[in-house]
Amino acid sequence: MTETPNLNTEGYDISPEARANVAITTIDKIFNAGRRYSVWPMMFGLACCAIEMISAAAGRYDLARFGMEVLRPSPRQSDLMIVSGTVTKKMLPQIVRLYNQMPDPKYVMAMGACASGGGPFKEGYNVVSGVDKYIPVDVYVPGCPPTPQALLHGLMKIQEKIDTEKHFTNFRDRTKPIEPIPVPILGPDIIDPRDYETIKDGVKSGPLTTVIPAVE
Amino acid sequence: MTEMAPAQEGTLEARFPGVVTHDERKGYEGYIVQLDKLTEVAQVLRDDLGYDFLSSVTAVDYLAQKEDEESYFEVVYHLYKSTGGSALVLAVQTPRDNPAVPSLTPLYPGAEFQEREAFDLYGIDFTDHPDMRRILMWEGFEGFPMRKDWKEPYFEEDVKPFANRWPGGQVYRIEDHNPVGKNNQYPQGFDPESWSPAIEDALYDSLRRSNAEYDEIEDLDTEQVIVNLGPQHPSTHGVFRMAVLMDGETIVALKPVMGYLHRNHEKIGERNTFLHNMPFTDRLDYITSLSNNFGYALAVEKLMGAKGVPTERAEYIRVIMAELTRISSHLWAIGFLLNDLGAFFTPSLYAIEERELLLDIFEATTGSRMMNNYFRFGGVARDFPEGVLERIGELVTERLPRKVDELDRYLTNNEIVRTRCEGIGVLSPDEAIEYSMAGPMLRASGVPYDVRRADPYSIYEQFDFDVAVRYHGDVYDRYLIRLDEIRQSIRIVQQAVERIPDGDFLTGKNPYQVRVPAGEAFGRVEGPKGEIGFYVVSNGKANPWRYHVRAPSFINLTALEKMCIGSKVADVVVVLGSVDIILGEVDR
Ligand code: SF4
Repeated sequence: MTETPNLNTEGYDISPEARANVAITTIDKIFNAGRRYSVWPMMFGLACCAIEMISAAAGRYDLARFGMEVLRPSPRQSDLMIVSGTVTKKMLPQIVRLYNQMPDPKYVMAMGACASGGGPFKEGYNVVSGVDKYIPVDVYVPGCPPTPQALLHGLMKIQEKIDTEKHFTNFRDRTKPIEPIPVPILGPDIIDPRDYETIKDGVKSGPLTTVIPAVE
Repeated sequence: MTEMAPAQEGTLEARFPGVVTHDERKGYEGYIVQLDKLTEVAQVLRDDLGYDFLSSVTAVDYLAQKEDEESYFEVVYHLYKSTGGSALVLAVQTPRDNPAVPSLTPLYPGAEFQEREAFDLYGIDFTDHPDMRRILMWEGFEGFPMRKDWKEPYFEEDVKPFANRWPGGQVYRIEDHNPVGKNNQYPQGFDPESWSPAIEDALYDSLRRSNAEYDEIEDLDTEQVIVNLGPQHPSTHGVFRMAVLMDGETIVALKPVMGYLHRNHEKIGERNTFLHNMPFTDRLDYITSLSNNFGYALAVEKLMGAKGVPTERAEYIRVIMAELTRISSHLWAIGFLLNDLGAFFTPSLYAIEERELLLDIFEATTGSRMMNNYFRFGGVARDFPEGVLERIGELVTERLPRKVDELDRYLTNNEIVRTRCEGIGVLSPDEAIEYSMAGPMLRASGVPYDVRRADPYSIYEQFDFDVAVRYHGDVYDRYLIRLDEIRQSIRIVQQAVERIPDGDFLTGKNPYQVRVPAGEAFGRVEGPKGEIGFYVVSNGKANPWRYHVRAPSFINLTALEKMCIGSKVADVVVVLGSVDIILGEVDR
C-alpha cells in the first residue's frame, strides 16, 4: 500500500470550517482507491483450486473484508479473472473469449500451479501448460492448491498493482476498442492464430512437435 | 475382489463351451469371451445369473513388448449382482487394426459413456452403440491418445522417473524445444488457415436424433430451440456443459458435454510409478481425496499380496479418515444443492463452516487441507498427531450431530425445498441399476447397495451401521439420503475412535518404490459420490501398465438425460445438483 496521502497540503487556502470535510488528493489516488476496494472477481471455477476460492469467499476467510465478495457470473461485470485450476485445451477458447469480454481495466490472476505452468498435469495432451501462453497474467499464486491465505495475499498484490495505475500518463484512447486476443481454434491440436506462420513452416517436411535434444 | 468363488461361474464355462474360457494369464482371474458371442453371454449373465450391475467398462492396450508377442486391445467388464457379492470379470480381445467390439449399451445402458470413452481414447468402435462420438476430447482431435504408441507433444520418456531433468546443470524447460513454445503438435502438411472445426455438428445431430419423431409432426407451428448451459455457468459446478433441446420450456433431449477438465489422469498415471499415483488420485474428486486414496491403495495392495496388508491401527485410521471425508463431501453437496435451488450461498456457509473444522483435522494429520496424499500401500503415511483423535471424538459426539440436526431443521421441511425437489428427476430402482448408478443416487432410488456391506473391504464388517435407503428416487430423497449417511458416518467414527488400537500405522518401511507382481486388480470403495474403483494392470515393472478409474460422477451422468426429459430448465440445474458431480472426476 502507498502511504496515507497528506490531504490538506500547505499552500492551499482552505477555510477552517471546511478543513474537516474537504480533502485534496489526486485523481489517480481517488480512482485507485475506488477500484482497489471493489474488485469484482468473475465467478468462474475450473478445478480443485476453485474449491479453495469458494472457501476463501466463505465465513472463515471472508473475501468481503477486501470488498471482493461480489463474485459475478458474467464477464461483462467483472474486473478480475481468477483462473482457478487446470486450463485444458478444450476449455481454452472459452477462457480467451471470456477474457475478451471483460471490460477494461481488467486483471488476471493465475491461481495455483496448473494455471501458472501446467502443474502436476503439465505433460498431459489436453493440458495448457500455463494460461499466460495465451492471455496476460498479473499475479501468480503458487500452491497446489494455494491455501485461502495465499489467495488473499495474491488479491492484496492485485490491489497493490491497482494503486500504481496512472490515469493520465498512461491514458488509453477510449474511442478505440481494445484489440481482442485471437481466440484459439480446436484443430488436430489447439491452434493459436498467432502461430499460423510457425505452424505452416513447421509441418512442411514432417509433423511439428517437440524435439528434445539428446542428453550427453 | 476378483476372487471367483461361487459354483455358477464353473457353469459359465460349461454353459458356453469354447466361448468363455478362464483367463490363464498369471495374476488374472476373469474370463475371456469370444468377441462375437459377447452380447449372448452378457444377456445370460444379466437375465439368468443375476449379474445385473455393470460397474466398469474399460480398454487395455496390450502392445507387444517383444518380438514374439501379439498385440491386441482388450475390453474389460466388471459385473456385479445388485444383491451383493464379488465381481465377475469378463474380457474380450480385438485386433489393433480396425478394432471393433459389440456394444453392451442396449443391455446395460450404463455402459454408454464408458464405451464412448474407450472409443475416444483407444479408437475402439462399439458396433450398435446408439451415439458413438468422442466424449472427452473434441471431434477432430488427431489420434487416440491412450494408445501406447501415441505420444503427446511433451513426451520425454516412457516411464518415470526421467533420467535427468537438468542436463549440464541447466534449467530444463520443455517448451523451449517446441517450435510454438506450447505443448502442441500438428500433422505433416497441416494447413491451419483452411481448417474448419466441425465439433458442434455431431453434438447437435445427436441431440436431434434422440428426438427423431418430432420432425414427423411438422405441421404444428412450433420450433424447438437448442440451449447450451455452460461450460462457464455458475450452476454447473465447474466446467460442465449441457446441450438442451427444448420445446417451449420443456426439455425434450439433453446431452451432457464434458472433457473441459480432461487432465489426462490415466495417461500420466501409466507413466508414473505406483506410489507416484497416490497424490494424483487426490485430484480426481478433489472434495473426497481420502476416499480416492483408499480405493487406489486397495487395488495395489491386492496385487502386492501379503506385503500390502495394512496394520490394524492403519485400518482404523483409514476408516476414520474416509468417513470424515464422506461427512465433509455430503455437507458440501447439500450446501450447493441449496445454491442451485436459489438459496444463494447462505446454506452453503453453514455447510462450509463445518467442513472447515474437518479440514483442520485433515491438515493436522496429513499436512494439507485438500490434497492429502495420505494413504500408503500397507497403511498410511503418518499417525495422528497428539490431540487430534480427541478432537475427532469431540466433533463426532458433540458438535456434528447437533449441526446436522440444525441443517435438518432449517432445510428439510422448508416449503420451497420441498416443492422444488419432490418428484423431480425421478429414477426408478430398475433404471438406477440399468444405468449403473452408484452411491446416494442408487440408494435414493430404493436399491440398498453399499459396497461397504455388499462387498466388504477393510474393517467395515466390524462396525455397526445401517445402509441408508430411500424409495422415491427424486431429488428430495437424494438430499435426505445424504443427511442419513452423514449420521451413519458419525456413528462409524464414534465407534472407531473408541476402539482404535495402538500399534504401527504402516506395514514395513515407508517405501520409495514398491514391487508389484504382474496381474490385474480392481479395488473399489464406497466413496461419497458412489463406487469409486481403480483398475490396475501390472506387468511386474515399476509402473502400472494400465491404470483406470471407475469414476462414479462420470457414470452417474449417464442417466442425466433420462432424469431431465419432460422437466423445465430450472429443474435441470437442481437435478444436476442432486447428482453431485465433481468435474475433476467426471473428466479425469
Ligand atoms: S494447482 Fe493443484 S489444486 Fe490447483 S487445479 Fe492444479 S492440481 Fe488442482
